[in-house]
Amino acid sequence: MVYKYKVGCSIENLKGVRDFIRTSLKEHGVSEIDISEIVLAMDEMCSNLMIHAHHCNPDDLFELHIDVEKNNPLVFEIIDDGTVFDINQFSEPTLDNIIHEKRKGGLGIRLVKSIMDKIEYQKQTDKSICRLIKNVHFT
Amino acid sequence: MGDEANEQRVNINFYKTLKTMVSIKRLQEDGIDFIMVVGEIDASSSIELDLTIAKSVGEGHFKILIDCSALEYISSAGLGVFMSYIEECKDRDIKMVLFGMNEKVANTFSILGLNELLEIAKDKVEAKQMVNGI
Repeated sequence: MVYKYKVGCSIENLKGVRDFIRTSLKEHGVSEIDISEIVLAMDEMCSNLMIHAHHCNPDDLFELHIDVEKNNPLVFEIIDDGTVFDINQFSEPTLDNIIHEKRKGGLGIRLVKSIMDKIEYQKQTDKSICRLIKNVHFT
Repeated sequence: MGDEANEQRVNINFYKTLKTMVSIKRLQEDGIDFIMVVGEIDASSSIELDLTIAKSVGEGHFKILIDCSALEYISSAGLGVFMSYIEECKDRDIKMVLFGMNEKVANTFSILGLNELLEIAKDKVEAKQMVNGI
């Protein structure tokens, strides 16, 4: 089953993103705690993309796809017009740095890397795809 | 795959018309400044949490309890707000304790081990004991 969602790059749309992911996964027997971690990771990915690649322009749209097949890893895709915010290229600050420099950012990328099993980017002629893979236990 | 696609599209303007997703209340009791966070804290709403804590610290409160019992969700933007006050609390001898988190919110803090860096209590009673140094 594939779920799709199109969203504009306003951070006020993040709640809609979270509701979409939660609703899609709930139907498939994914545990509450897995869902809450995945929702968090995808919120972080989308807010990074909206803020850093699209400067919160609500007219810029990207698409989310969720591919759910029972007893297979969950596949999440963020499909954008070519703008890439590659978190693998980012060296996240240490927690010490965050405390001492009173930085309010930098935790999101750490969360995504802790939660997701694999993050890969694919560049096509007119679009870029960020694919996040997560192994979960289905009940 | 494409044929079975269950397509859902968002009306982009819809969510803009929603009220803010977090409401923050403050009250003072027994020399303690209580900050109650109700709802969801993400990149769009973390500023309200930041302003409220800044106000409390700015007014000179040195016992600050954050009631998280109605906090339904927090993303890194909110976690970052709490982290950004650790140093200031230490420097100015301010005791800031979070309490009452639900299981999912508590898990969010523990993914990166932030529960070890912040003062977190199970409930209000324990939080008051911590803030009063009992």
